[in-house]
Amino acid sequence: MAYKRQIDRLPIPPADAKVHNVTCHYCIVGCGYKAYTWPRNKQGTLKDNAFGIDLGQQQGADGTWLAPAMYNVVQQDGKDVHLAVVPDPDCVVNSGLVSIRGGRMAENRPSRVTGTQQQRLTDPMVWRNGTWQPTSWDDALDLVARVTARVVTQGSEDDLVVSMFDHGGSAGGYENTWGTGKLYFQSMKVKNCRIHNRPAYNSEVHSSRDMGVGELNYSYSDYEVTDTIVMVGGNSLETQTNLFLNHMRKGLENGAKFISVDPRRTVTINAAEEIAGKDNVLHLAIKPGTDMVLFNALLTHIVDQGWTDDEFIKASTFQGGEAVAEGTGQPAGLGSLDYAMQSCRTTTAEAAEICGVPEADIIKAAEWIAKPKEDGARRKCVTCYEKGVIWGNDNYRTIGAIVNVSLATGNIGREGGGCCRLGGHQEGYYRPSDAHVGRPPTYIDQLLISGGGKVYHVWACDHYKTTLNAAEFKRVLNRRSQMVKDAIDAAAGGSREELVDAIVSAVNAGGIFVVDVDIIHSQIGQTAHVILPAAESNEMNLTSMNGERRLRLSEKYMDPPGSAKPDCLIAAGIARHMERVLREMGEDAYADQFKGYDWETEEDAFMDGYAQGNPEVTYERLRAMGNNGVQEPVVGYEDGKLIGTPRLYADGKFDRHGRDDKKALFCAAGWRGWQAPGKAQEQASHKFWINNVRANIFWQNQFLDQDNDFIQDRFPYPFIEMNPDDMAELGLNAGDLIEIHNENGATQGMAYPTDTAQRGQVAMVFGSPSGSQGNVVNPGVNELVLPDYKHTWGNIRKLADATPQARAVSFKSKEYKA
Amino acid sequence: MRCKKMVDVGRRQFLRGGALAAAGAAVTTVAGAPAQATPANAQVDYPSSRLANIADLAVNEPLDIEYPDADSPGVLLKLGTPVEGGVGPDGDIVAYSVLCPHKGYYMGYNAEDRTLNCPGHFSRFDVEAGGQQVWGHATQNLPQFTLRVDDKGDIYAEGASDLIFGRPSNVL
Ligand code: SF4
Ligand code: FES
Repeated sequence: MAYKRQIDRLPIPPADAKVHNVTCHYCIVGCGYKAYTWPRNKQGTLKDNAFGIDLGQQQGADGTWLAPAMYNVVQQDGKDVHLAVVPDPDCVVNSGLVSIRGGRMAENRPSRVTGTQQQRLTDPMVWRNGTWQPTSWDDALDLVARVTARVVTQGSEDDLVVSMFDHGGSAGGYENTWGTGKLYFQSMKVKNCRIHNRPAYNSEVHSSRDMGVGELNYSYSDYEVTDTIVMVGGNSLETQTNLFLNHMRKGLENGAKFISVDPRRTVTINAAEEIAGKDNVLHLAIKPGTDMVLFNALLTHIVDQGWTDDEFIKASTFQGGEAVAEGTGQPAGLGSLDYAMQSCRTTTAEAAEICGVPEADIIKAAEWIAKPKEDGARRKCVTCYEKGVIWGNDNYRTIGAIVNVSLATGNIGREGGGCCRLGGHQEGYYRPSDAHVGRPPTYIDQLLISGGGKVYHVWACDHYKTTLNAAEFKRVLNRRSQMVKDAIDAAAGGSREELVDAIVSAVNAGGIFVVDVDIIHSQIGQTAHVILPAAESNEMNLTSMNGERRLRLSEKYMDPPGSAKPDCLIAAGIARHMERVLREMGEDAYADQFKGYDWETEEDAFMDGYAQGNPEVTYERLRAMGNNGVQEPVVGYEDGKLIGTPRLYADGKFDRHGRDDKKALFCAAGWRGWQAPGKAQEQASHKFWINNVRANIFWQNQFLDQDNDFIQDRFPYPFIEMNPDDMAELGLNAGDLIEIHNENGATQGMAYPTDTAQRGQVAMVFGSPSGSQGNVVNPGVNELVLPDYKHTWGNIRKLADATPQARAVSFKSKEYKA
Repeated sequence: MRCKKMVDVGRRQFLRGGALAAAGAAVTTVAGAPAQATPANAQVDYPSSRLANIADLAVNEPLDIEYPDADSPGVLLKLGTPVEGGVGPDGDIVAYSVLCPHKGYYMGYNAEDRTLNCPGHFSRFDVEAGGQQVWGHATQNLPQFTLRVDDKGDIYAEGASDLIFGRPSNVL
């Protein structure tokens, strides 16, 4: 039975409720919200309230409405207050729209009163006497510092492995990336580190940057005035919801065509058809992993037809043949268009064969992208891409091939253009140089699996749910961390010195000491010996930028749970304890490197980091810019306003690669089939392609949603979309628990019959707490250690009949049908 | 045929938003607001409204209803197979609000797969699964009306499972 809230009325925010600007901290879109808080014993009335409307009247469509999920009771300055977090109609990003994620921001706040998010960590914990015991910050940080300091001084900083988020929103943002960055890249020079969603410290879009093109170069408004939207490996209605609904939709309503490149039919395609009409939507359901061939053919056709933007190419792109040669750490050569064409040249017929789509459709796509209009005017085209290619086959060359087409058609830096990644989280990266990490960087998961590293600091990452080759990763990390737990247990009752000795001997014998900083006790957190509770957006002031580089200050309006703190202040705490402990150890020079963390607030961390590089920007000025903020880079401050940049490269000068000539480079994207090791063989020996997909209902790996009844009621198990005929062949009914297995491991989920799913292709939702898709993903990565999560093959067998919980959910099509 | 027309009228009204205020004002009296001096009850008092008689219903033919008042359109359905929360001799009669709990657009019924579909932003709800959102942007499932059938086969609505879009209280 569907989850019922059994709520039939809500408190009304009074006219004098406090109002805070909030940027939704979930996806990259960064929708604007207003958080209203007011005392527990006060309320507004139907006529006199914070919304300034007559709530006694039924509101019409698009009207203001406080849904139950937008309400909670939280602590503010130590007092319980009412909270309402509602979408901001004046924010240009979302114009008052909510998504199923952002609309639940209030409900996903921790509340002792309403009982929400009681999974949140409240106090530091240390592994002691066979379990995790709550303790003080000083006690926990002292242990972290003593073990870390001992290990890095006895060995080297290479014995410290760090997993750290690099994003905005959530618990990221400029404050927290700076705090962690300063600790690991300035006070130390840690090279064995990785990012939350990939097993190394690297860019997801190296080729675009090497070509000179920063990956977030447009304004969302470009979608509204373009002639064609090309979406590659993206599903924006689900994963950048209000970007689709508030911007792409307007473009489609204004007559834009829509091309989706995706082996799977998504709800985005369905919605585009509803808005633009089927004739204006082209779905290129290519064979998995063949995107590069398609884009090479599009480029070839455009070049051969003379539809290139020659003036732009001449003025803004490199002209002299090869500029950068292929080599180690450089998966493809870069240079002029002619140079790239020598590798890219692919006929539409060849592409039709390799990609498995009709040649006529490829030609049609090329026409929609670049064929001049009847009056000779050029077509404007926005290209956007995301995980389908970022986590796909041959990341470097594939993204290069996509950017090639945009460059050749002059679609970067111009209104109605852009060639951008869609993005997952918001961005909020500000750190000291990472040059010491090297290129290619260390493959951290393999380092840990092969016994490397002695101390492991994990910041808001749950690789147990999300990494590739996860089954092996978990087996090894469980074993290595258990060695240290055993050593701690054996040292029970001893002094701090004896405890540190015991831990250090265990790590020298192959164990690993794990420090986990997170907002919840995560799955990887089960290996931890010290757990440090973090605050996140809403509980701290946090700055991030969205997918069009729109920077906002999301204001703190509530207390973090218990003694949880912003990550930047936790990093500062670790640094201060490191300094103290190192000095005690007589390592004065090293101790001095840990100075400079006397931050009391997240604003101090912001001023120490981001504001140093961007002196115009302060909290006060950002606050004044409200939910519309300012688009980065900020270039000035005039008349009380920060001046931003709506679109990058408007002057036709490309600089992301750091070249003095400021000319963009084309990528010699030569096709080489499956690039990552093991993929071809895995494909040949298994029945199903296991696509790894997202769903709008879950934010990321469900770290908050796993404790949300409305969400878990809908999908009590990870869904695996499957063609009904495939299900029949395996004797499966809707909701049956199935196992996907291959040489890498096994995972489970529930079969969701999907008539649009192709035979032999299933789509499993990523990052689920009750079935990690990563268990079956092989360890194959590209030359720059970018994983190919998307290409996994396995066999499927039934585990069990649908449980009563699974039987109660709807298994109908996700596609809108009027 | 009458139903179809009501759907259209309703859609026009609700899409127009603000314009409906005037139309609605006169008919909210069913709410039975407590008198000034009476202390408010802890729970909203729902009106008991007769929606139809079982004899009026044909399997899978939606009947437009209004509940708890004329500003809150809904749908009454006989599904032909028992469902959880279904009433009547066959346990198959259900009623829901048809204002999408995302942004309040007026939803249409797809008889083929028995879902309510929202033209606003493409959310859909399963009338055979307690109004569960099959896919969409709403942060709750569809408000389902609590039904009672009397000896004569008259169907009454007497409550709702969730807050109806566009109001701070189901009974205004
Ligand atoms: S679209 Fe993204 S940013 Fe906007 S409300 Fe939804 S999750 Fe938040
Ligand atoms: S109003 Fe129904 S989906 Fe938005």
